[in-house]
Amino acid sequence: MPTFVYMTRCDGCGYCVDICPSDIMHIDTTYRRAYNIEPNMCWECYSCVKACPHNAIDVRGYADFAPLGHSVRVIRDEEKGVIAWRIKSRNGEIDMNLLAPITTKPWGKHIPQLKDVPGPSKEQRDSQLLYNEPKYIRMDEGDIHTLDSNGLQMKEGVYY
Amino acid sequence: MPKTIVEDNIDILVAGAGLGGTGAAFEARYWGQDKNIVIAEKANIDRSGAVAQGLYAINCYMGTRFGENNPEDHVRYARIDLMGMVREDLLFDMARHVDSAVHQFEEWGLPIMRDPKSGSYLREGRWQIMIHGESYKPIVAEAAKKSADKVYNRICVTHLLMDEAKENRVAGAVGFNVRTGNFHVFKSKAVIVGAGGASNIFKPRSVGEGAGRVWYAPWSSGSAYGLMIQAGAKMTQMENRIVLARFKDGYGPVGAYFLHLKTYTQNCYGEEYESNWFPDLQKMVGKAYLDPEASHVSHRPIPTCLRNHALLNEVNAGRGPIHMVTMEAFQDPHLEEIGWHNFLGMTVGQAVLWAATDVNPKYENPELTLSEPYVMGSHATGCGAWCSGPEDISPDEYFWGYNRMTTVEGLFGAGDAVGGTPHAFSSGSFTEGRLAAKAACKYIDDGKANGIRVSQEQIDRRKEEIFKPMEHYKIYRNEIVAGSVSPSYINPRQGLDRLQKMMDEYCGGVTVSYMTNEKLLHIGLKKLKTLQEDLEKVAAENIHELLRAWELKHRTLASEAVFQHTLFRKETRWPGYYYRGDAMKVDDENWHVLTVSRRDPKTGEYTMEKAPLYHLVGDIEDKALAELKAKEGK
Repeated sequence: MPTFVYMTRCDGCGYCVDICPSDIMHIDTTYRRAYNIEPNMCWECYSCVKACPHNAIDVRGYADFAPLGHSVRVIRDEEKGVIAWRIKSRNGEIDMNLLAPITTKPWGKHIPQLKDVPGPSKEQRDSQLLYNEPKYIRMDEGDIHTLDSNGLQMKEGVYY
Repeated sequence: MPKTIVEDNIDILVAGAGLGGTGAAFEARYWGQDKNIVIAEKANIDRSGAVAQGLYAINCYMGTRFGENNPEDHVRYARIDLMGMVREDLLFDMARHVDSAVHQFEEWGLPIMRDPKSGSYLREGRWQIMIHGESYKPIVAEAAKKSADKVYNRICVTHLLMDEAKENRVAGAVGFNVRTGNFHVFKSKAVIVGAGGASNIFKPRSVGEGAGRVWYAPWSSGSAYGLMIQAGAKMTQMENRIVLARFKDGYGPVGAYFLHLKTYTQNCYGEEYESNWFPDLQKMVGKAYLDPEASHVSHRPIPTCLRNHALLNEVNAGRGPIHMVTMEAFQDPHLEEIGWHNFLGMTVGQAVLWAATDVNPKYENPELTLSEPYVMGSHATGCGAWCSGPEDISPDEYFWGYNRMTTVEGLFGAGDAVGGTPHAFSSGSFTEGRLAAKAACKYIDDGKANGIRVSQEQIDRRKEEIFKPMEHYKIYRNEIVAGSVSPSYINPRQGLDRLQKMMDEYCGGVTVSYMTNEKLLHIGLKKLKTLQEDLEKVAAENIHELLRAWELKHRTLASEAVFQHTLFRKETRWPGYYYRGDAMKVDDENWHVLTVSRRDPKTGEYTMEKAPLYHLVGDIEDKALAELKAKEGK
């Protein structure tokens, strides 16, 4: 089954239940711990693995084509803005550590609150521009592309 | 009975918050600073939609800032890749705005790789830039959450509410909370559907657990189409399903491998095979669509479907499997690392599979395969709703007042929901959401949503309908001792299995090498009708199964549209995606048109029509081609 939960590590906090895009991480009512209720609807997306504070969730490749004995583990650190992976193959010949950034900025701090920015003028409303445009399209003084500016027209028929 | 929770006086409801929905919610706040903006999302907005597990590339970026491409260059690319069948007004509009979305993503913290020499974004291909996008979705979700007044997570939206004062006008949506089981009513002046395309409607190659390792996310339940079709919105290009050439079983992405690592494919004897199939294929599709020489000198791509066709035929000729030649590129440790990062960033399952099967691409060339078909509208395919374009570009047939508005008033689309706009990918879907949001605000400000009336009767009727599968289970469960075999109901999994089998066998799935014809389609439609009848008796043991029941109903509605459109278009427009065995050629004389359908919400009857195709024409030719010609002194 794609994701599974180690009995001794899970404390039933429910973070995986909260994040799973497929709604398949549920709490077992007898053991009060999480498990994957529907493995054939699991994408191995690792959202729950990354969210688990106890590293209690792991993935075992799909049984219909993946042999046992492999491991792809991950630690995602929002504070440091990095994600660390370790891949181990079944025969042990591949054992790789890979590190990647997940953000370049402190979390959520550089997203504008559009309620508070100066609102659009009537001219902007009647134009084809979106928020921050035309500036953000080219990051210079250039304007938005139109059929006129690019010497184009829409013509019915077969043209290539 | 479940509790009813009513959210009233919404201005803009975003139904489904993937990349399209988050773009819509974010932008709506700017044009509607005083408006009430609400998001209803089936999962958790931080990890929902097709980008939930991340991306390693943004596949739609013009780079006009770095002098790389103009919007019309992208339109030409998408046009030829889809064999001419695209909405060029919508595509041009998306392409002229998409860079501003990407620049904002970078400001918000999305790590975009840069070319150390030029300082521009690191290109994977002409349109693709490379990112460290593990947190792409959480980052854009932050933006949407900042803009929205309220985010309802874990709400499966099942139906749109319709206005009873004015026909064919939307009035909100209803659904249920997949955890509490509460019934939710959203009364809204405008609705932007950001819900997803459809995985899992064709029988997958995998059996058992591996059914989850679909190329498109298993939670992409075709709800974009299910919701809009039920409301009577016109759909377009629903026959244009997509088949993907991907790494076998894991369906790991090949874009970075082809474009950045410069890997290539060969048959089991180590031979190049694609070009062998092109002469015959050219007879099928015509030189306008397949001209390897012209593609060689220009940057014009060979359409994705036609490359699939070559792969399919090579395998059927007995020279499979097809291998991706990685052994050269992977000798470079830097490229080797990129090869693995590419999977970890967007398809971890492929890394899991290679680890499990001891595939080391440094020492062996992994297998490729063609996937089962998918129905969606933002990759190399353009299924979706028939939407209005922008007023400064669209010809009359493509324009009815508000950008990205469907043929139902007040109902807008973004991402997979919008038809005729392939190659939008993540950034383009987000951009479409922004465009829809601005137009939806204008729709409200113009007073078009005044006087909406929704009766209690409509709400009560939907409530009964939504929870019927649980009622049905309660009534008939004790007819049998135990187990899942009942003469009075099927469960959602059983229904899904039946749908996948009929789509596969009658609508051109993988077990029939993507082949169908008029006779098969008629039989398939008949079987689909009985499935729809049986879905009135689908049973849900609990709330989770109720979610699966509604996903199945949405998938079935989408499938019906695929059948109808495939039946209507009597030609083989996209060899390699599917074949009409009774019309095995591209037929520009009769079918150089877009297909448009409408399902009458009252009777369930389909009507089909052809819509004209407009192409962008102009003196300025493809930018890259022009430069190439200038270089060669022509």
